[in-house]
Amino acid sequence: MSSSGDIAISVRDVSKSYIISHNQEAHVTLAEAMLHRLRHPFQRPRSEKFWALQDINFDVSFGEVVGIVGRNGAGKSTLLKILSRITEPATGQIDLYGRIGSLLEVGTGFHPELTGRENIFLNGHILGMNRAEIRRQFDAIVEFAGVDKFLDTPVKRYSSGMFVRLAFSVAAHLNPEILVVDEVLAVGDAEFQRKCLGKMRDVASGGRTVLFVSHNMAAVRQLCTSGILLDGGRIVKHGTVSEVVQDYLAARATGRSIGQVNRHGMELAEIALRDADSGYPTQSPIMDGDYQLYLKVIAHRPLRGAAPVIRIYDDLGTLVSSICCVEEGMGTVDMDGPLAVSFNLPRLQLYPGRYSVTVCLYALHDPVQYLEAADALTFDVQPAPVRDASKAYDHQAGKVRIANGGEFLDAAEIESDDVVELPTARSH
Amino acid sequence: MFRDLMLSLGGRDLRLRYRQTALGVAWVILQPLMAAGIFTFVFGLVAKLPAGKSGYFMQTYASLLGWNAFFATITKTSGCLLQNAPLVSKVYFPRLVLPLSTVFSTLVDFAIALGLMIVMMPLHHIGFTYGILLIPIWLAMLILMAMGIGLYAAALGVSYRDVQYVIPVLTQLLMYASPVGYTLDAVPARFRTLVMLNPLSGLLEAFRWSLLGTSSSHWMAILYSTLVAFIAFFAGAIAFRRMERKFTDVI
Repeated sequence: MSSSGDIAISVRDVSKSYIISHNQEAHVTLAEAMLHRLRHPFQRPRSEKFWALQDINFDVSFGEVVGIVGRNGAGKSTLLKILSRITEPATGQIDLYGRIGSLLEVGTGFHPELTGRENIFLNGHILGMNRAEIRRQFDAIVEFAGVDKFLDTPVKRYSSGMFVRLAFSVAAHLNPEILVVDEVLAVGDAEFQRKCLGKMRDVASGGRTVLFVSHNMAAVRQLCTSGILLDGGRIVKHGTVSEVVQDYLAARATGRSIGQVNRHGMELAEIALRDADSGYPTQSPIMDGDYQLYLKVIAHRPLRGAAPVIRIYDDLGTLVSSICCVEEGMGTVDMDGPLAVSFNLPRLQLYPGRYSVTVCLYALHDPVQYLEAADALTFDVQPAPVRDASKAYDHQAGKVRIANGGEFLDAAEIESDDVVELPTARSH
Repeated sequence: MFRDLMLSLGGRDLRLRYRQTALGVAWVILQPLMAAGIFTFVFGLVAKLPAGKSGYFMQTYASLLGWNAFFATITKTSGCLLQNAPLVSKVYFPRLVLPLSTVFSTLVDFAIALGLMIVMMPLHHIGFTYGILLIPIWLAMLILMAMGIGLYAAALGVSYRDVQYVIPVLTQLLMYASPVGYTLDAVPARFRTLVMLNPLSGLLEAFRWSLLGTSSSHWMAILYSTLVAFIAFFAGAIAFRRMERKFTDVI
């Protein structure tokens, strides 16, 4: 192993662009593409270059564990794909000093018809292990996944939990000098996630270079030694992990998307979660309390039939709920100048935890998204007992409460119900 | 390292093919038998095409050995990228591994069908000649040629899904344009040159020559086919490598 000062990854001036076609229909077939050409011979294809990554420069030393953070669409996944050579950068150069293994998705290459044993070998090869390596690690893989009884069963008969455990286990026993991991921890139950995190910590402390992408700041803070914060395809911060996580959370909390006029002439001027009684804004609503989500959007250009949509994500970036005007029976609205909207959120049924709100604006019968203000607001739901319960739900309970109380049935009722349901019981 | 992956993917194809089938591996034998049987019925019995001394069934079976390997290679190679799309977009490995790994199952099928041929030959009173030793060469040429076409089709198919619909039609056309269901001798003399332009003709006739000892061995045709096979393979491989860098972004 080289000394810690040596460079494992060097990235220089890397950019990656995608062409987004603005024609109404994308041409999937050759004939369609040619037909379109014939019908509109002089039409220039309206397309736009979208820069997923721009001017990326950084070095990673051997043994460093780097957390890559940023909101959705910041370019994290594209960066990982380029680093693991799945796709090529448009410009720039990447030098990797060591064997790289990448884990962009758990279970890629698993085949449902093959048995667990066969899949371990196939998946191992796909991830870049050779036969001897897999043999050596085989028992450890099986033990970690806890599927030894089902080794010769096709994985299509596995429960989804078993499947994920086996898939992660194969990947976790990969032994490259540089490991690239994307959000693998977002799978499996809480217990297994803890186990994965532990395994990742072993890998990291084993002196290997790890690049780790996650929305889970707790995991990033625990595992990583340094961090890179991406926004809009650029590196906005590269430093120690606590600095980067702080910046990321701060950027999310202040809602940088507020007060900016986008290219459709839309501006999200204000957003707040307000207490329904007092009208005071809050970022720490309590569970089961009454709130209103208030937002003010300014249309610098008129838009007919506008329909605001609210999306609420949890701290892992999973969509928890959406609020759509039309579906809520509010219809659409013609916008010209400021528009204020208030959504009623009675008896907030989100379990304790951090949530973020994204505001989008659509118009009826129009595929264009006129506004997307990601993470415009974040709030932390506080635990509180519902009804007169003696205990409150905590963050481990899940995301959404769907029950509304219940009752214990007494023994007599159970018996009488049974008698009624048996047709023979009444015959004598 | 990538050799292991290739073997492993090849092994997967073999294992999967007949899993959950009642007759299992018997299909490998039944498929060519049934195909040759249908040809014999349609062309030999109904259309009454002339047959050589080895009989219509055997002469068709011999050419079907080659054709099936050719057909299987084109079909599997041209579809392999789309079928493995999740793999292509999530893991790095030289993409050529995917089409190359499909050859294993084709070779196994061929070996079994050839074994059956060798069993049937004495039953039809057909003697063995040293020509049989050249079979691997004919097979290699057919697979090279098919692989070249398949590689090109696979790369093109990533951007244009049309390819997957065009390939079956074209291969079927090609089958009737090739001496599979008929021998070259049965073709009217004025069309013979036309049929010989098809690079498959020489190789399929070569199969018959190796197995059945049919007199006509067209060495010039084989030379021509060999040339086409190499050109097709290298052109296909180069096109594939060139388009390879776009696969992930488009697939």
